[in-house]
Amino acid sequence: MATYLDNNASTALDESVLQAMQPYLGSVAGNASSLHRFGRLQRDAIEQARQQLAELVGSQPEQVIFTSGGTEANNLVIKGVMSATQGRALAIGATEHLSVIQPAQQVAQEQGIELTMLPVDSRGRLLLAEMQARVQDASLVSVMMANNETGVIQDLSDLSTAVNAAGGWLHSDASQAAGKIAVDFASSGVHAMTLSSHKLYGPQGAGALIIDKRLPLQAQCQGGAQEKGYRAGTENVAAIVGFGAAAQLAKQQLEQRSKHTRLLRDELQAGLKQMAAVEVFASDVERLPNTLQFGVAGFDGETLLMQLDRRGFAVSSGSACTSGKAEASHVLQAMQVDNALALSAVRVSFGIQNTMQDVEAFITALRSITEMKTSAVMMAANV
Amino acid sequence: MSEKRSPIYLDYSATTPCDERVVAEMMKYLGPDSTFGNPASRSHAYGWSAEKAIDEARKNVADLVGADPREIVFTSGATESDNLAIKGVAHFNAKRGKHIITCKTEHKAVLDTCRQLEREGYEVTYLDPETNGLIDLDKLKAAMRDDTTLVSIMHVNNEIGVIQDIAAIGELCRERKILFHVDGAQSAGKVPIDLSELKVDLMSFSAHKIYGPKGVGALYVQRKPRVRLEAQMHGGGHERGMRSGTLATHQIVGMGEAFRIAREEMATENDRLLSLRNRLWDGLKDMEEVYINGDLEQRIAGNINISFNFVEGESLLMALSGLAISSGSACTSASLEPSYVLRALGRNDELAHSSIRFTIGRYTTVEDIDYTIEHVRHAVNKLRELSPLWDMFKEGIDLDSVEWAAH
Repeated sequence: MATYLDNNASTALDESVLQAMQPYLGSVAGNASSLHRFGRLQRDAIEQARQQLAELVGSQPEQVIFTSGGTEANNLVIKGVMSATQGRALAIGATEHLSVIQPAQQVAQEQGIELTMLPVDSRGRLLLAEMQARVQDASLVSVMMANNETGVIQDLSDLSTAVNAAGGWLHSDASQAAGKIAVDFASSGVHAMTLSSHKLYGPQGAGALIIDKRLPLQAQCQGGAQEKGYRAGTENVAAIVGFGAAAQLAKQQLEQRSKHTRLLRDELQAGLKQMAAVEVFASDVERLPNTLQFGVAGFDGETLLMQLDRRGFAVSSGSACTSGKAEASHVLQAMQVDNALALSAVRVSFGIQNTMQDVEAFITALRSITEMKTSAVMMAANV
Repeated sequence: MSEKRSPIYLDYSATTPCDERVVAEMMKYLGPDSTFGNPASRSHAYGWSAEKAIDEARKNVADLVGADPREIVFTSGATESDNLAIKGVAHFNAKRGKHIITCKTEHKAVLDTCRQLEREGYEVTYLDPETNGLIDLDKLKAAMRDDTTLVSIMHVNNEIGVIQDIAAIGELCRERKILFHVDGAQSAGKVPIDLSELKVDLMSFSAHKIYGPKGVGALYVQRKPRVRLEAQMHGGGHERGMRSGTLATHQIVGMGEAFRIAREEMATENDRLLSLRNRLWDGLKDMEEVYINGDLEQRIAGNINISFNFVEGESLLMALSGLAISSGSACTSASLEPSYVLRALGRNDELAHSSIRFTIGRYTTVEDIDYTIEHVRHAVNKLRELSPLWDMFKEGIDLDSVEWAAH
């Protein structure tokens, strides 16, 4: 198989996480809502996972609502807060994930409210100067902790002050941040936070919304009292157990992971800087240690990805959720990146399994792709 | 009777253990050396192989129920499927009408969703079932109105196992151009379903009720005639825009394998389950004052729900700690209220309160059944010995005529 450099799309399940899940995949039956012994075993496993997750993000276990994933958590908080508050306006960052943007658009359309997109500068960071006025009327403001494409980390402290002063609620999608950088719900100044299991070496199919208990939130899925009534449906115990184990591991290994991937990322960045046609996006601001996105002038992104795939590298242009579309990423558009350059974007996201050899081989491959084209162009020009 | 052994599991309608074969398939998509990509990743083989596995699972799910794979939308479970179907259709057709018909014995996932729609200004008719748990088609017909956009009736009831005549209900709905949703969480893999023949527009499925994993389900959305609904989860446009969010590959693969096995083994399995259930009932039916809840003929093989009169349900459950059973739905088992399903059949509180659901499945053995019979007879007799009501009954006092003094 190819060298996997797409860890922001999904990570491989850690072996120890799989071991923790295994009893709940097979031999242990039982519905966590059942009162008999089988049911209680499932219930205990869920509560342990809740504790593990709370420890990773500095919250209380009671603040954790398990969902089927980050997308559901984002949908729940946006629709749930807006319907519970009968809010007049909603403000989100311009570079949010589609699982924030699309529910926000849906709510705005259904409830006939205003949706404000908070602009970013050319390096992907919120324009603080304009923020105060823009969040004034918003019942809910949602800005991600770290961007999935560029890796840009937002400083939410000023935003939190502004939202609190205006009496609104602040949500942050931390799907990409948790497990890569330190995340502390209690001191973050946000009232709700989204997490995803499969972005931190846990299984797909589990996510969570961490909530401040004061947050008005209306359930979006009815039919049972699970998760304190915020999320009906039989709990996916195996995935929740895996999520908990992955969170515990992430807490233990946070520093080590960050250091390892940062080393690889910085090496790649240094290599790319040698290539004239390459521009690394948001290269001079604080980003997730494992993430780097770049464009190659004169290239088409899809072609680049295909060529890289042929040479054995699994990367993407940006979000997996929007892959297959021939439009420039909305993240890069919001950063005012030139459209042609944005269309050539490649995102490299490292994981714990990647090595320095991977980086070197990637740089060699990219160089040969760009040089091949350059020489082809020159040959054509010489004819 | 040893209490040390692990309880005998007779709660297959709450959830089933994952079949070993299902786990084996899932393991191919779990772990660091597996195929683990994001199925939405279009730029590399990790994503493609995950997508391919999902396509195959989609076909397996579709094949069990006579659907086209393109009619299957994966969700996080049957609860989400019910929410998506009912709200999705209600919202999409709000301009045409805001009336919905369902039944009082539906699962909470349907009833609570309908309650939510009532809060949003919709009107819902909750049909009363007959005493055998089945719906009278004439009553359904009478409830249909010009502004009715959806009928939602479950195929098999989770507590009493009765099978509704969805073919006939479908005909009625189609005549009136009303969309028909069926909660099939308890029927898939237990009752033959052919959606290419049935006039069913939407049908919810669950994996963990038929030996697949928890956390995954599906909604069948008919293509011809095309059923349109409003998505309930947004962000990425997965599942042809009807359900966004990264699909959990291993779970979907597990569901596909569970449905494939069900298709191959359903007929022989049903014969076996029926003989076990008959053995159980044969071992209990000579007891005094025991009643079966729900029709015994129009019923899945693995379910029997029995009221033991003059025995309090919770005490019975506690006395039967060697059995993993329930008094009704797992989703409402934390409450001590008598089952709303049994109440809807017209059972009085006492009988509803003294009911036990036994659900038998793939790993139930003859020995399990014999142990259960012995255990239940012993416990019921013992509890009745302690019951003053039972004494009065035995003395021939008509309990309904007793005027209880207030304290």
